Amino acid sequence: MTMIFGIPLQAFLGQLLIGLINGSFYALLSLGLAVIFGLLRVINFAHGAQYMLGAFAAMLMLEYFGINYWVALVLGPIVVGLFGAVIERTMLSRLYDLDPLYGLLFTFGLALTIEGTFRYLYGAAGQPYSVPAQLAGGTNLGFMFLPIYRGWVVVVSLVACIGTWLLIEKTKLGAYLRAATENPVLVQAFGVNVPVLLTLTYGLGAALAAFAGVLAAPIYQVSPLMGSNIIIVVFAVVVVGGMGSIMGAIVTGYMLGIAEGLTKVFYPEASNIVIFVIMAIVLLLRPAGLFGRDA
Amino acid sequence: MSEMTQTAAKPHIERSATASRTYTIFVIIGLAALILAPMFFYPIFLMKLLCFALFACAFNLLLGYTGLLSFGHATFFGGAAYFTAHVVKEWGFPPELGILTGVVGAALLGLVMGFFAIRRQGIYFAMITLALSQMFFFFCLQAEFTQGEDGIQSVPRGHLFGFIDLNISTNMYYFVLAVFLIGMVIIWRFINSPFGMILRSIRENEPRAISLGYSVARYKLGAFVMSAALAGLAGGLKALVFQFATLTDVAWQMSGEVILMTLLGGIGTLIGPIFGAGLVVTLQNYLATSQFPVTIVTGVIFMVCVLIFRRGIIGEFYASRLGRKLGFEHRR
Repeated sequence: MTMIFGIPLQAFLGQLLIGLINGSFYALLSLGLAVIFGLLRVINFAHGAQYMLGAFAAMLMLEYFGINYWVALVLGPIVVGLFGAVIERTMLSRLYDLDPLYGLLFTFGLALTIEGTFRYLYGAAGQPYSVPAQLAGGTNLGFMFLPIYRGWVVVVSLVACIGTWLLIEKTKLGAYLRAATENPVLVQAFGVNVPVLLTLTYGLGAALAAFAGVLAAPIYQVSPLMGSNIIIVVFAVVVVGGMGSIMGAIVTGYMLGIAEGLTKVFYPEASNIVIFVIMAIVLLLRPAGLFGRDA
Repeated sequence: MSEMTQTAAKPHIERSATASRTYTIFVIIGLAALILAPMFFYPIFLMKLLCFALFACAFNLLLGYTGLLSFGHATFFGGAAYFTAHVVKEWGFPPELGILTGVVGAALLGLVMGFFAIRRQGIYFAMITLALSQMFFFFCLQAEFTQGEDGIQSVPRGHLFGFIDLNISTNMYYFVLAVFLIGMVIIWRFINSPFGMILRSIRENEPRAISLGYSVARYKLGAFVMSAALAGLAGGLKALVFQFATLTDVAWQMSGEVILMTLLGGIGTLIGPIFGAGLVVTLQNYLATSQFPVTIVTGVIFMVCVLIFRRGIIGEFYASRLGRKLGFEHRR
C-alpha cells in the first residue's frame, strides 16, 4: 500500500476530503459573516442557527410537501433569507446606532431562541436526510473512493463562494454594497436606498448560511445543535482571516478545514482544537488577521 | 471629556450625599435579608443564587467597567470548579485551600486568555474569548482529571479551618454568604480605586487614555485577570455547594448566561448583576420542572433586553424619577 508520511495514502486522502468538505462549510459561513459584518457592522451570531434552519427547511419540505433536494436547495435559502430580512427590518435595524456589541448580543439571543424552539419541537437527536438519488453512490478514482455527493458539495460551495465574490466585486449592486460599506451617508446622499441595501445584505447572508445548511443536511445529521457547534469554529476562522476581504474569508475557510482534516490523520486528539490553536498563533504574529486591514 | 478626567481625579464626586445615604440603607436591608433568608428559602437555591450573583458581578467588572465583552467567562467559572473539586477530592485539601486553588487557577487561565484576547478590540475580542473558551471546553472533555462526561462527582465539603463542618447546610450557607460578601467588597474597592477609574476612562475613550500615557493593554489585562479570579472564586464555591464539577460549567452556554444576568440586572452597576442573577436562577428553577426549554425564554429575554431594556433593572431604576429623587445618576 502506498504510504505518505507513514500514513496509508487512502486514509490521508480520505481525511483530506473530509477537511475539504468542512472547509467548504467554513468558507460559505465565514463568507456570509464577512458580507454582513462589512455593511452592517454586526457579527451575526445567529448565522449558525440560520445554517441549521436551512437544513431543517430541506428536511421539513421533504417530509410535509414531498419537495425534493434540488428544489429545497433553491427554496430553503429563499425562505430563510426572507426570515432574515424580516428580522433585520423589524428588530436588528434599531441597533445600528449603538455599540456593535449589542448586535452580537441580539443575534446571540436570536440564535438561542431559534435553537431552543427547534429542540422543543424536534428533540436534540439528529435526523437523517438522504442523499438525492442522482448523487448517490461513489466513484473509484483509482487512488481513493470518492462519494459523489461529497464531491458535489466541494464543487457547489466553491461555485457559490466565487459567485458571491463576483456579485460583490463585479456587479453594480456589489459596487453599491462596497460603497455603502465605506461611507453609507455619502452613498445615501447619491440616492441609493441604504436601508434597503442593509436588509438585502442581511437576507443574502442568511440565505447563504441556509444554502450551506441544505448542502450539509445529507452529510451531517439534521439536528437543532448543528448550528451552534459550527458557529464558534467559524468565528475562529473569521478571526484568523480578518473580515476585511471576501476572498480572505473564503481562502481561510478552506485552509483551516484542510488543516483540521490533516490533524485528524496525524494527531487525532488535537483535531477539535487545531483551529483555535492556529487562531492563537495568528493573533501573536499578525493580530489583524491574515487578510485583515483593520487595526 | 473633561468631565471624565475630573471624575478620575476625584472618585467620590460622582455620587451625591443623598444617594450615598440611600445606598447605605439599601445595603443594610440587603444584608439583613441575606442573613435571614435561609429561614424562608431552600438553602441550596440561595447558595446557587449567591454563586451566580458573584459570578455575574465579576463578569460585570470587565463588561461594565472596562467595556470588554468576554464570551468566555465559563472557562474561569467552570475551570475553577474543576480545580477546586479535584484538589479537595483527590488531594484532600481543606475547603478554604480548595477555593484558593480554584481562584489561582482561574487567574492563570485569565492571564493566558487575556494575553491573546486583548490583542484585538470590540467584537473581535468577544469572538476570540469565545473561541479560546471553546478550546478549553474540548480540553476538559478529553483531559483525564475532569473525568469527561461524568464530571468530578461527590466532592466532599470538608471542614472549614478544620473545625466548622460544612456538611451542615446552615454552616455552608453562611460560609457562602461570607465569601460572596468578601468578593463584593473586593469588587467595590477595585472599581473605586484609581485603577478602576483608569479602566473606566479606557471604556469611555481608549485612544485618549493611550494619549494620556496609560499603558492600556496592561490595564485591560489586569482587569481581565481580576475578573477571571473572581469568577473563579464563584466557580470554586459552586463546586463545593453542589459537590460536583461538570462540563456544563465550562460550556459556552454558561458564558451566555452570565452575560444575560449582567445585561438584565444592569451593565455597569455594582449591584445590578445580583438582581439579574437572582432572576435568571429563579427562572431556571421554575422552568426546570416544566417541559418548556429554558433556552427559548433566555433567548427571548436577551432580545427584549437588547432592544428596549438596555439599562437593565437597576439601571432603569437609577434613571427613573424615583431613582433620581433618591440621588442616583446613571450615565451610559
